[in-house]
Amino acid sequence: MKALIKYLPALFVALLSACGVGSWNDPYPATDAGENILYSAFAERPKHLDPVQSYSSNEILFTAQVYEPPLQYHYLKRPYKLVPLSATKMPAVQYFDMNGGRLPEGVDKEEIAYTIYEISIKSGIRYQPHPAFARNKHGKFLYHNLTTKDLAKVYKLNDFLHADTRELTAEDYVYEIKRLAHPRLHSPIFGLMSDYIVGLKEYSATLRTAANKQSKTKGNDAYLDLNNFPLEGVQVVDSYTYRIKIKGKYPQFMYWLAMPFFAPIPWEADHFYTQHGLAEKNITLDWYPVGTGPYMLTKNNPNSVMVLEKNPNFHGEAYPAGGTTEDVKVGLLADVGKPLPFISKIMFYRDKESIPRWNKFLQGYYDASGIGSDSFDQAVQITGQGEATVTEAMRAQGIRLETTVAASTYYMGFNMLDPQVGGFTESARKLRQAISIAVDYEEYVSIFANGRGIPAQGPIAPGISGYRYGKEGINPVVYDWKNEKPRRKSIEIARILLAGAGYPNGIDIKTGAPLVLYFDVTARGADDKSKLDWMRKQFQKLNIQLVVRSTDYNRFQDKIRKGNAQIFEWGWNADYPDPENFLFLLHGPQRKVGNDGENAANYDNPEYNDLFEKMKNIENSPERQKIIDRMVKILRQDAPWLWGYHPKDYGLYHTWYKNVKPNTMAHNNMKYHRIDANLRRKKRHNWNEPVLWPVVVCLIALMAGLVPAVVAYRKKERGAGIGNLRERGENV
Amino acid sequence: MFDYIIRRIFYAIPILIGVNLITFTLFFVVNTPDDMARMQLGIKRVTPEAISKWKQERGYDKPLVYNGAEEGAQKFTHTIFFEKSTAMFVFDFGRADDGRDIAHEIKTRMLPSLAIALPVFLLVLVAYVTFALMMVFFRATYIDFWGVVLCVALMSISSLFYIISGQFFISKLWHLVPISGFSGGLDMGKFLVLPVVIGVISGAGASTRWYRTIFLEEMGKDYVRTARAKGLPASIILFRHVLRNAMIPILTGAVVVIPLLFLGSLIAESFFGIPGLGSYTIDAINSQDFAVVRAMVFLGSFLYIIGLILTDISYTLVDPRISLE
Repeated sequence: MKALIKYLPALFVALLSACGVGSWNDPYPATDAGENILYSAFAERPKHLDPVQSYSSNEILFTAQVYEPPLQYHYLKRPYKLVPLSATKMPAVQYFDMNGGRLPEGVDKEEIAYTIYEISIKSGIRYQPHPAFARNKHGKFLYHNLTTKDLAKVYKLNDFLHADTRELTAEDYVYEIKRLAHPRLHSPIFGLMSDYIVGLKEYSATLRTAANKQSKTKGNDAYLDLNNFPLEGVQVVDSYTYRIKIKGKYPQFMYWLAMPFFAPIPWEADHFYTQHGLAEKNITLDWYPVGTGPYMLTKNNPNSVMVLEKNPNFHGEAYPAGGTTEDVKVGLLADVGKPLPFISKIMFYRDKESIPRWNKFLQGYYDASGIGSDSFDQAVQITGQGEATVTEAMRAQGIRLETTVAASTYYMGFNMLDPQVGGFTESARKLRQAISIAVDYEEYVSIFANGRGIPAQGPIAPGISGYRYGKEGINPVVYDWKNEKPRRKSIEIARILLAGAGYPNGIDIKTGAPLVLYFDVTARGADDKSKLDWMRKQFQKLNIQLVVRSTDYNRFQDKIRKGNAQIFEWGWNADYPDPENFLFLLHGPQRKVGNDGENAANYDNPEYNDLFEKMKNIENSPERQKIIDRMVKILRQDAPWLWGYHPKDYGLYHTWYKNVKPNTMAHNNMKYHRIDANLRRKKRHNWNEPVLWPVVVCLIALMAGLVPAVVAYRKKERGAGIGNLRERGENV
Repeated sequence: MFDYIIRRIFYAIPILIGVNLITFTLFFVVNTPDDMARMQLGIKRVTPEAISKWKQERGYDKPLVYNGAEEGAQKFTHTIFFEKSTAMFVFDFGRADDGRDIAHEIKTRMLPSLAIALPVFLLVLVAYVTFALMMVFFRATYIDFWGVVLCVALMSISSLFYIISGQFFISKLWHLVPISGFSGGLDMGKFLVLPVVIGVISGAGASTRWYRTIFLEEMGKDYVRTARAKGLPASIILFRHVLRNAMIPILTGAVVVIPLLFLGSLIAESFFGIPGLGSYTIDAINSQDFAVVRAMVFLGSFLYIIGLILTDISYTLVDPRISLE
């Protein structure tokens, strides 16, 4: 005990020194203070970083900074506009007939047998340093024939001592397109792309056969050299040009060229990572990307921290011009023409729980934050004009709010195969329309989304071409235009529609029984009970009894696939800013039941389907808008969905975080962002002075509690025992 | 003793098979291989072909426990249960559904879990035993009374409350340590202070009361009275005699958990951002990763059995009357 007391001060000093010279609660190394580093958090670890496999937003957050597809979205322009990234210019698009004859622009879609996209890339672009490129003095690859001995001391990619680079070529883009069909990879867009890229489906079968044959001699995971297997639909023209051949006409293909699925992969990397022994150490292309982008992933511990550092071989790009006057006002054009990227290093820390994440943001240790429902009132207030702004406390810290409507939609769907709510009879249509009026999504957004959303007028989200604003954009089945605003129709109108559907006052006139509908939801916690109660009340307005059928997510998906749900909730995040990416959700051939498509409502209206086929193949134009208007009108009348709402993304940013313009389509935005690291250091210091009095109070309280105990102990020890009595001179 | 240990290890095999079977049954009651494939492949643009390919690659395209299409013993061996279970008995955990090597993950995550669990375990043992002995020494006094009240109060509060309160006061308001995070090397210390303090406080109530009960029973025995009559100081009586004689029940509770320290804490690791095995297990459950779930359950059962064997061995060390035969 004495020894413990003796060394306690030394222990305390050691602890303090471990806390560093900065603020005691600083979670970062003291050496990083004042450095040009962006600090961010992630809750869910990415599953895939291989561009052919990654699709989730938490994966593209990383891959988009590393990989460079030929195109990208302009950072500042709205509506979203594609611009070249590694391409020298926008791809040249040429149409051909069945006989290979070139067709002129604007030719009828029926005549087009295939389309060729010719893409030219910039010369001189080089890959990030990577061991896959390292060669010895004889020009042979250093790490392409690794043995068990070579790997004995290798635990992560950085353990390879040598790294090199090489120039990006058109071959690398072609290689990646071939990888879409790789038998050992799961590309989520393979199914879609095999319908378009000529020969891709057959290519998959060819590779599978080759892989099976190879596995007999070299094992299951051996390198399959795709260069030995030509793909009809892709062609290398020269070192900097390649062509992609698409069946028919598919204008939306251009958007896919801005996604990491079409980024280049060097064959050397594929060969390197498929060597025996690396996968066992989790060194795979799925975890260590190889790109030409502004950043490279230098540390990948998805359980703790992932680090992106500036790619020393980055080819260079300048901050774009072309923003709006609003962008000028908020300083987004201050860096026009300056070389990108601005930030040297991006640290992504894994913080699974929202409370620590939020508090670290308030302490200045994260540079940006989303807003959870728990902290919404602390962060955001609504002004008299209905605009969201930060609270006084946030403003005092210099925190600002950026909002944008996401290219997403959350809706409530009716299963169109259901005998009661589905189908195209007048009765079913009126029933759906009545419910569409009764379920008040303005109230829903206000109560359950903290006002973060706008009620939808149709499937297309704002900001997407084809979306109509103002009076002409409202859904006349549900809304009236009053005082320059859409106003939901009265519940009386809904009741009239319900009566017209054969359910006056919620009673089935055929059976005399009350109308009971079933709402299929995934298993909910206590937090969602209020949402379900609210939904029951909405139906109760029409005297409809809503029975909630709760199940787990797997069973729910199963119900949707088999068409066993009646009413359900669903959502969609757009892949690209084209109305086709929303309207296909109601395209008959895309229905879930039977076709396993994305049309969860199983809506199948022949007129709509025909219009969809026409619309998807033409560029944005008044003609296209006319078709979209007609399609949306059909949908509103048929009401296969309650259109729900389009969520608004809210983000909070510290005052030192510059050049942030929310962009729901592009994910390679980190290169535009800038940090004032000195300001951040000062603010952090001011906000995080250690408060020591509670420690002193605790120590005093502990001592105050111990002293009587020690006194009592000593008294007790002296009060008994032969020795003590003798000491006190008492007779024993 | 060697024979005894060998025998116990053999006893462990049916237990591990049983645990494996229960895990398998429970998991596949709520998940099908199709569900697992969908969870891994995402919810957008997942085709039946992709699901089928995913299952085939990972061996989930076979029947669960009985393969009627095969002949003889293969009816049972060419099944998901058999193929996924047998490798584990030689500690080949295979790959997680996202492709990462499970054994590698376990190795790298063990240290962060241990970094919290070990100091908590040691401090808890020392602090609770000392506190319990103090209460016993002052039994029937105000110190004992308020000590018991404090223990009951501590027992009544959820561990989540301790974590959130600790983060709020110590990190957010007083800025004394980081609110969450983890780092290797010397920097690790500042991340461990809060979880360790909370770990010690949150378990204090129940354990201290348990130790107090054990010590009170010992205090009533003749040898204690004799020792006191001889004039031995209370500290000697308590720490040298009472503690030693109360070791069997203490070891029963303490030694068995030593191997389990590697597995970490499910809640604390999530809240403090510790990349340990506790958070690994939670992630696996959330992502329906059967490979990881069964590996962690298997490892947990195995370590628990090891803990029980170690407990038996420890009895022989503290009580010469016990021998393992």
